[in-house]
Amino acid sequence: MSDATTHDTHEHHDHGPDRGLMRWITTTNHKDIGTLYLIFAFVMLFVGGAMSLVIRAELFQPGLQFVNPDFYNQMVTMHALIMVFGMIMPAFVGFANWMIPMMIGAPDMALPRLNNWSFWILPFAGVLLLSTLFMDGGGPASGWTLYPPLVLQTGDALPFAIFAVHLLGVSSIMGSINIIVTILNMRAPGMTLLKMPMFVWTWLITAYLLIAVMPVLAGGVTMLLTDAFFGTSFFQAAGGGDPVLFQHIFWFFGHPEVYIIILPAFGIISQIIPTFSRKKLFGYESMVFATGSIAFLSFIVWAHHMFTVGMPLAGQLFFMMSTMLIAVPTGVKVFNWTSTMWKGSLSFETPMLFALGFLFLFTIGGFSGLMLAIAPADFQYHDSYFVVAHFHYVLVPGALYGAIAGAYYWLPKWTGYMYDETLGKWHFWLSTIFVNLTFFPQHFVGLAGMPRRIPDYAVQFTDFNAMSSIGSFGFGFSQLLMVYIVIKCVRGGKKATDQVWDGADGLEWTVPSPAPYHTFDDAPVVK
Amino acid sequence: MSTTGPRQGHRQLAGRLALLAVAMFGFGYLLVPLYDILCEVTGIGNRTGTPTADVVVEVRPDTSRTITVEFVANLNQYAPWEFQPATAMMEVHPGQFYDTTYFARNLTDRKLVGQAVPSVAPGQANKFFKKVECFCFTSQEFAAQEGRDMGLRFMVDPDLPAYIDRITLSYTFFANQNVALNTGAPR
Repeated sequence: MSDATTHDTHEHHDHGPDRGLMRWITTTNHKDIGTLYLIFAFVMLFVGGAMSLVIRAELFQPGLQFVNPDFYNQMVTMHALIMVFGMIMPAFVGFANWMIPMMIGAPDMALPRLNNWSFWILPFAGVLLLSTLFMDGGGPASGWTLYPPLVLQTGDALPFAIFAVHLLGVSSIMGSINIIVTILNMRAPGMTLLKMPMFVWTWLITAYLLIAVMPVLAGGVTMLLTDAFFGTSFFQAAGGGDPVLFQHIFWFFGHPEVYIIILPAFGIISQIIPTFSRKKLFGYESMVFATGSIAFLSFIVWAHHMFTVGMPLAGQLFFMMSTMLIAVPTGVKVFNWTSTMWKGSLSFETPMLFALGFLFLFTIGGFSGLMLAIAPADFQYHDSYFVVAHFHYVLVPGALYGAIAGAYYWLPKWTGYMYDETLGKWHFWLSTIFVNLTFFPQHFVGLAGMPRRIPDYAVQFTDFNAMSSIGSFGFGFSQLLMVYIVIKCVRGGKKATDQVWDGADGLEWTVPSPAPYHTFDDAPVVK
Repeated sequence: MSTTGPRQGHRQLAGRLALLAVAMFGFGYLLVPLYDILCEVTGIGNRTGTPTADVVVEVRPDTSRTITVEFVANLNQYAPWEFQPATAMMEVHPGQFYDTTYFARNLTDRKLVGQAVPSVAPGQANKFFKKVECFCFTSQEFAAQEGRDMGLRFMVDPDLPAYIDRITLSYTFFANQNVALNTGAPR
């Protein structure tokens, strides 16, 4: 395997995968690795989802019912870490692996063995992270932001949790390097940068963001580690350090991170809406430009997460204004999607439904984000359930809907069969009703003063919390429907055509369905 | 099938990107001194630990204004100290020196080194609160069960913005086992 380029990776030249378990462990095929990423993310969705149901069960009524406060805090922390690093990021890397080579007419990713390695770090990192729940003192309970000095009170789990974060970071940095090299070096002749599909563009920019900020997080958590075990005082006031410094470092990573999560979803939506509108994407160049602007702005807005730490007025004004500026490129995107549909010949298959759900509900999350960006108002919202409602609106019906929409959109290409459209629509409507039932009331309790990350609350918040809990269980169980739909689709169903959707445009729709193990051995010519 | 050309191109680009990742790891650490410099320049971040004795402090009492200064003492959980201010509150005129003390006692049967870390609220008052003598400038050594008063001499700068009429000075007293004895070098 020394000559491990593209389709020469297999000793047998039968152009098919190896058999058995070793196929998945040793594979360097971008489609296999994409599948592994997607399965891993799908499993983690339910692991992290189960944790959120522990949280919602506890919050169904005021008072302490099921879990003690410390375990509750561990659930809050682990739910976020698993969902961000174990579910949503791997899911989009999975899409990138599967689709980017097919979209740019490349035979595989540029660095196939690195690709295998970046995936196989993930399950170990995930198990390491989850294993902290069984250690003395329990898992990390400081919230996913890992603020010192609280996080330094974690028991035996602290070094393991930090090491898991390191591993997850290494995995995504390697994945990003691979994606950038693939996009920049392996495009088919004629596939100029400004002819690339939007999904490829958003991932190119996301990958750069990842390489720029994951190492900063790694540095920050390493400082936590040395503070805890090697006597440094980066964040320990006793030795002259400052805990607020960690917040700056964390959010210097953390804000670009939220765009790392959402940009690939933007990309998927930008593929789906034109397909089901049977029109070209409106304002392609402005979409590329908007994506770049969002990425740039993401580096200069981080302190809007920490308005309440006591920063000078000039700082508050700067971070407030720059944050609001992000609404401009984001608005460009939303209006472009809407204009793409204008006078289009629309049809509403499941991917389109999820894309539309994304468009409406993500915009709600965007607006509550604007409210949070107003520094003087933020003092009221800070660390309340309003924040929880805001970021769940951009993450669940935002990023997660993007991933679900993409899965339905490309499932026929992956499996060769059409998924069950009726069940898909059920999945959409159940999810959308329940996701709103879960998160919309949280705006109200947040504005009325309910703080986040606390297992108990004042009795006047009971009704909205009960609604929220019912919604979350409904949403959680609705996702089981998707497991059934995916398994059913893998096993068989109506044969998918090569183009699958009659409005679909792009290189991935020119190869047969299911996509053969090796595609574009000979590069296509793009005109 | 590949020639060395494209493979080498991949390696080169991947190498450069890996270098970028390593550089950004370094940048994370660079944020630490950058933060300190920024705090010092702007006088924010409650960096009141630095002595201001060597800075020329102008004495020009402004008796027309009275500022309330509150003194707070904090201990973290399990801290083996008794720690409190001699007075909880003082009425002061800007531009004039005042003296007060904090009392600390080592509650253990062994020698302890303590370090007080100050904080001023509101943050805007921080750079106008001048300490010329403070027990927080150096680490304090206590024999077993020893208790003593520790001095503090301060002045409120007359340039204090008019909208501030109350300043809270808070100290947290840490048992300083991990950190080398602080000899008063600026932190």
